[in-house]
Amino acid sequence: MFKAIAVRRAQGAQTLPDPRRAQAAGFRGSPVIGAAACTTGCQACIDACPTRAITIEPALQIDLGRCVMCGDCAPACPSGILSLTPHYRLATAQRGELTISAARPAPDPVKTSAALRQRFGRSLKLRSVSAGGCNACELEVNALTNVNFDIGRYGIDIVASPRHADGLVLTGPVTRNMAEALQLCWDGMPEPKLVIAVGACAISGAPFEGCDALDRGFLDRFKPTLYVPGCPPHPLSLLCGLLDLLGIPS
Amino acid sequence: MMGPAAPAALLLTHELSPLGLDDWAAACAMALGRGERLLTLFGRPEADGAVITTAVFLPTDGGLQLLRGRGQRNQHFASLTPAYPAAQMAERELWEQTGLVPEGHPWLKPVRYEGERQQQMGQHPFFTVRGQQVHEVGVGPIHASVIEPGHFRFMCHGEQVQHLEIQLGYQHRGIEPLLLRKPPLALSTQLETVAGDTSIAYAWGYCAAVEALCSVALPPQAELLRGIALELERIAMHLVALTGLATDIAFLQGGATYGRLRTAIINATMRICGSRFGRGWLRPGGVRFGIDDALRHDLQQTLAAFTRDITQINDHLLGARSVQSRFQGVGVLAHQAALDIGLVGLAARASGVALDLRTRLPGALYTRMPVAMRVEDGGDCWARLRLRMREIDESLRWLDAALHAPDLAAPPLAPLAPLASLAPPTPPAPPGPLQPHTLCVTLQEGFRGPVLQALETGAQGQLLHYKLQDPSLLNWFGLALVMRDNEISDFPICNKSFDLSYCGNDL
Repeated sequence: MFKAIAVRRAQGAQTLPDPRRAQAAGFRGSPVIGAAACTTGCQACIDACPTRAITIEPALQIDLGRCVMCGDCAPACPSGILSLTPHYRLATAQRGELTISAARPAPDPVKTSAALRQRFGRSLKLRSVSAGGCNACELEVNALTNVNFDIGRYGIDIVASPRHADGLVLTGPVTRNMAEALQLCWDGMPEPKLVIAVGACAISGAPFEGCDALDRGFLDRFKPTLYVPGCPPHPLSLLCGLLDLLGIPS
Repeated sequence: MMGPAAPAALLLTHELSPLGLDDWAAACAMALGRGERLLTLFGRPEADGAVITTAVFLPTDGGLQLLRGRGQRNQHFASLTPAYPAAQMAERELWEQTGLVPEGHPWLKPVRYEGERQQQMGQHPFFTVRGQQVHEVGVGPIHASVIEPGHFRFMCHGEQVQHLEIQLGYQHRGIEPLLLRKPPLALSTQLETVAGDTSIAYAWGYCAAVEALCSVALPPQAELLRGIALELERIAMHLVALTGLATDIAFLQGGATYGRLRTAIINATMRICGSRFGRGWLRPGGVRFGIDDALRHDLQQTLAAFTRDITQINDHLLGARSVQSRFQGVGVLAHQAALDIGLVGLAARASGVALDLRTRLPGALYTRMPVAMRVEDGGDCWARLRLRMREIDESLRWLDAALHAPDLAAPPLAPLAPLASLAPPTPPAPPGPLQPHTLCVTLQEGFRGPVLQALETGAQGQLLHYKLQDPSLLNWFGLALVMRDNEISDFPICNKSFDLSYCGNDL
């Protein structure tokens, strides 16, 4: 009894007060392309990128849906125009919005969907499916339920059965050996339902693009409602994406 | 060349002709008979249908021993498994990947349904138990919580589990062939995502291999920073298991406290290197991030507060009679069984097997700054729980000593490849940067146990083969054994107490 009280005292209040204004100290998040134009055209950044996230035609662009935020590009650039920031509000509702450039340095915050807000704004139940995920995204999704992020306070929960779920949180590049189970899980979820693609693997297959053992057909059939980039995404990226999409105040 | 005690071995492949397949299998049996530990055996198919086999042994003392053999696809050899069950999984994998047939293997089934067998998991030939009151329970591949997929088939008599068969492969991404399609010095991201919870151990083993193949020696400071990274990963991942174990027995204060303590550790890792999983920290040639004085002070404070709080919650949890009664005597793996099936890492040490590669093959770093091996004798869920706590304590002690090193700035990355501008490509192809005709095996004692990587180069220094082995591949069978005579309701805590990797197994 006294031990329990002592642990409780040491625990204190651990919950992040406002996820939208939290500091992710040291987080290597979104890359930023400096205002100076790429003059050398040397392609060093392209060669350094392990997931082909960078293109320089017609202008220097980075696809956050492929970017693993490793930071290998920044030191490779002789002009020093690439850097990485702790910015974590990176989720988007459209795949195309994940592409950044000097003119569009970061994705805009997700716009609230009135329809989704009405349906799920007070209660959203999520079923996680890992389809080739390396357990990093899975651990970060799980972290949302710990006392620091405490996603339950916003009416968002992770549930065990697809029958209870409104949303499918997809992690991993979708292996061929998991394709059928993923489809069965989706079929078992009642309408209305949505897909949330978490991490570079789920969004684009990177860094496993080109593997012989993937079947990404599910993502051709069902377009995600939310894309959360990162490798793995910071839990705040997913949390803020959900709060913005559903118009939940924090 | 490396000293005998390093967790790595180099073999010049053209100076040694491989044994015939039967002689190779006989030599492996002799090594096992001498009490050497089989770490792995694997095969590399060649274009002409030949298969080059490699067995890696850890003798009772001294460095790693490698045995090379050569056979033809579909050739049979006498299976080692009937006499030495420790070979069972490696032989199944050898058969699945190369077509060599271990004759007399009692359980020759696919490991992960790769290649032509993809999507045939529905036809898996499960063991069956017959009898009037016998029933089977199938669970997965998708499980109730946020967890990777795998299938568990319980064969039960009444409430009692007679056997558990674990069938994996759902996470199979085909990483090994992919590693051969990319430049060999640019594989860090790929290795960090083999098993994301083991990012550091995989990155370190890969870096150590390509550095050895380029004859590059690291400054001690870079090695020390890698050691710091690995211990932070060990603490963070042991905390995942502790959180799960506490939550599974509804000891909610434990779940809440271990969860936030893990946040403190992985956020500290992030302040050093930008990633909560240590990604991007290690690169061939050294480390990208050092620890300056401000960060050192920050880490010392973080770890001091962490030490105080984890000691308190450990004491609270271990002292609770309800916790003791739930974990003690459940999921027991006897010492001899652990030795027989070749169990490794934390799970083996919890059954009294004194093997930790940081002490057995310490290399320069752990010779200079030794780690104390922790061992428990019970072999039950309680022993695995206690051992995680004690290993965290030891990691904290080691980190405290490491953070007293005079200088923790990151030395510049050692160059491994000639600069492109100095070596203009000349037809037909520029020589690869790696030493040709060489097999390099590295081991890193990650939080689950040894991560093994074997890289073989060809005549041009190009990579011919990249073999990975997660400790989970060997340890899943341990989980299956401990379920015997327990109930299905004991499975969650047994599973969490092992805390094995699905993707590391499936590759």
